[in-house]
Amino acid sequence: MEIIMIVLAGILFGFAVYNILQKQLLRIIIGTALLSHAAHLFILTMGKLKRGSSPVLTEGTESYSDPLPQALILTSIVISFGVTSLLLVLAYRAVKTNGTDNMEELRGNDHD
Amino acid sequence: MIVAILMPFLIAMCIPFIAKFKYRIHTGYAVFATSLSIFLYFLVLLISGETETLYRYSWIPSLGLDLTFYTDGLALFFALLISGIGALVAFYSIFYLNLEERLGSFYVYLLLFMGAMLGIVTSDNIYALYTFWELTSVSSFLLISFWFTRKASTDGALKSMLITFLGGFSLLGGLVLLHLVTGSTSIREILTQGDLILASDWFPLIVVLLLLAACTKSAQFPFHIWLPDAMEAPTPVSAYLHSATMVKAGLFLLLRFTPVFKESEAFFIAVSIIGLVTLFWGSYMAVRQTDLKGILAYSTISQLGMIMAMIGYGTEAAIFAAMFHILNHATFKGSLFMAVGIIDHETGTRNIRKLGGLWKLMPVTGIISILASFSMAGVPLPILNGFYSKEEFFSSSWDLSADRAFGSDFAALLANIVPYAAVAGSIFTFVYSMYFYFRTFTGKAEKTTAEKAHDPKFGMLAAPVLLVSGVLLISIFPNWFSRHLLQPAANAVYGDAMKEHSIHFWHGFVPALIMSLIVVVLGVLFYITRKYWMGLYNVLPGKLSGNIVYASLLSASENQTKRLNDRIVSGSIRQYNAIIISVISIVTLLILFGTNSFDLRNIDTSPVSLPQSLPELAVALIMIAAAFGSTVSQKKLTAVIILGVVGYGLSILFVLFRAPDLALTQLSIETITVVLFLLCFRHLPEIKRERKEKLSKKITNIIIASLCGLMMMLVGLAAYSQRLFPSISDYFVKYSYKLGGGDNIVNVILVDFRGLDTLFEITVLAIAALGIYSLIKLRQKEGDR
Repeated sequence: MEIIMIVLAGILFGFAVYNILQKQLLRIIIGTALLSHAAHLFILTMGKLKRGSSPVLTEGTESYSDPLPQALILTSIVISFGVTSLLLVLAYRAVKTNGTDNMEELRGNDHD
Repeated sequence: MIVAILMPFLIAMCIPFIAKFKYRIHTGYAVFATSLSIFLYFLVLLISGETETLYRYSWIPSLGLDLTFYTDGLALFFALLISGIGALVAFYSIFYLNLEERLGSFYVYLLLFMGAMLGIVTSDNIYALYTFWELTSVSSFLLISFWFTRKASTDGALKSMLITFLGGFSLLGGLVLLHLVTGSTSIREILTQGDLILASDWFPLIVVLLLLAACTKSAQFPFHIWLPDAMEAPTPVSAYLHSATMVKAGLFLLLRFTPVFKESEAFFIAVSIIGLVTLFWGSYMAVRQTDLKGILAYSTISQLGMIMAMIGYGTEAAIFAAMFHILNHATFKGSLFMAVGIIDHETGTRNIRKLGGLWKLMPVTGIISILASFSMAGVPLPILNGFYSKEEFFSSSWDLSADRAFGSDFAALLANIVPYAAVAGSIFTFVYSMYFYFRTFTGKAEKTTAEKAHDPKFGMLAAPVLLVSGVLLISIFPNWFSRHLLQPAANAVYGDAMKEHSIHFWHGFVPALIMSLIVVVLGVLFYITRKYWMGLYNVLPGKLSGNIVYASLLSASENQTKRLNDRIVSGSIRQYNAIIISVISIVTLLILFGTNSFDLRNIDTSPVSLPQSLPELAVALIMIAAAFGSTVSQKKLTAVIILGVVGYGLSILFVLFRAPDLALTQLSIETITVVLFLLCFRHLPEIKRERKEKLSKKITNIIIASLCGLMMMLVGLAAYSQRLFPSISDYFVKYSYKLGGGDNIVNVILVDFRGLDTLFEITVLAIAALGIYSLIKLRQKEGDR
């Protein structure tokens, strides 16, 4: 099962990077969202999968699934939400100010 | 000890504050007092005969990095030279520099240089030596470009910096090799392992690297080209750095390692030839100069070449003579530079064609110049120290083939040629000394200069007068200097086995005297007839010059750098991203394959079996399909909604893998994100058809993306192939209730064990929220741009 999940995460990474390399700002934001999904899945897979019950202490349970990746991912989900929303607003402002959402046209000036 | 060496740096830090009061008291006095007290400290050391002082501060002992200072005869000799000339130059500069100049910066640089120079000569650690060495190059650069509004100054500074840094770099290389060969970073320990170094395979490279360092620093042919251009510096700087001290650092380096190198015949051949060629070329070129400082610059090059040649000889007499000449050169060349400074100050020009007849107007300067320049020429008078050391040079050249046994024929032949080359090189030394003196001080005075020129105030004259009296003192009491200063220094280089040297004016009709006389006679002849042979310069060097090579190298490297920069720094963020991601992927893949990191046999995974695993597999397939769909979709709305499918799929996976908190969070966040996307949509343009993109570009992107995906997969597999450390999760499971008082382990980790992480997470969110708020609310007013 872990191997399947690793492969899935890898494929998601691939799509994410392809989107990030596109011209349009929206595409890039989609890419970063995909990238965070892939990373979360990857981290979860790093703690072993399906090895016990949910990490909530209950009487008589010996084995729990790894709580540490879950804690890390929980933090990460929230932060990636913050990043995505900031990027969205940034894209919105960039389009308003520059009149384009094409990365090739957003190069900055020489020597500034 | 440590105080004396670090004092220049400490005072340098105070200078900017002292410089604020420069109109009340000239900043130079502080520098003068500093250097004088350092000089006195070393003088006391010398007289007390306590030549080995140690100070040790260990910094990183395991890497052999420490700060160890010690003074043997050689270090003490140089330290006295540096601080003594430094004091005189500081005093002289008080009268040379206007109060309007940036005195603060000037004296900071000067002290920086003095401290670095003292560091070079007293350091025992090779890396400390290297650091101080580079520091002298930096301060030299700053001092040459002191008048940075002149283009010639900055060009000269750049040239000197590029050339001396080239040498500094090779010095580092040579020192690292020495460290590797001997396993020690202490110069004294390295010197005890001479046999090991000589036998090592690296020896030739070490010699080449250290020679390169010494030759660039000491302006040896063909690296001498920076020194004449460095004359754009204020004259006190030229006197101090570019004749008396810094350019001698290269000589010092070779002297330091002479105990090892003197056994090597290749070293003898290389250094002697470089030295003699430089001696000849420098003096030959000096006659052609019209700028007084230009003459002195080439003369310095030539004198350095002469000392270099003596170091190359490596015999007792030659090493002693080298020390003697270093001392003498500092006295007469220092006073000549100061005299030129005075002439420049008084007449407003340094062009020798415009000068003449200054003897009547500036008698004191004239006396200084005549003594110093005749000493430089080696005129046989008992009051001129230059003659003594030149005699020593000639006699060591003459005796070379007798004093040293040579293995190869070439070296033996060279030893026989050396005396003739020495004489030939010295003839022009005589010529340019005469040229310098007589063209400036005799003949007709130009009207424009004659009106205002007169001897300056006493203060300005004091330093050169003192230096010239040094010339006389050394000549009258040569043996006092020899016993207390030169002998210990030469002993440190050659070993204690050295016999006592005494210096006499009259040796009888020995070969050295005859050589001196030949030089004088031919020199006078050449000087008188120089009108007839000056045409020679059109043939040699003609248009040949090291400067052409330098200029073409410089412009070529500038062009190439610009081209490279233009190609990489294109301004396209996409391109940067592509480069960064592909480099990361390729390097990681190479390392993973190179170290054979994944081993599929040992992987400990949970079983996959149909139909139990069907839900996971189905969700995985849906997620891949959704990711593909959102990537290729041509409508922004479709793309975002399909992206939501990936997120919801992930939360189902969280459920399946027993992570309830994650599933809940992911569900709510995903929902909010989609809503947010939709909110912004009104303002974002529709996704454009991707056909506009070139096919090759598309394929490149696909390749980069696949590489990155593959890399992540393999990293995951590698992580599963080997578990080096036990997981710390067990700790959390065990203590969640005991320490955290909670049943939900994930929650306890977040708010208790890793509570600070969560605090920062909230901070990040708050910053993002502030960013979003300001992006929306604080827009630029129309017409602001």
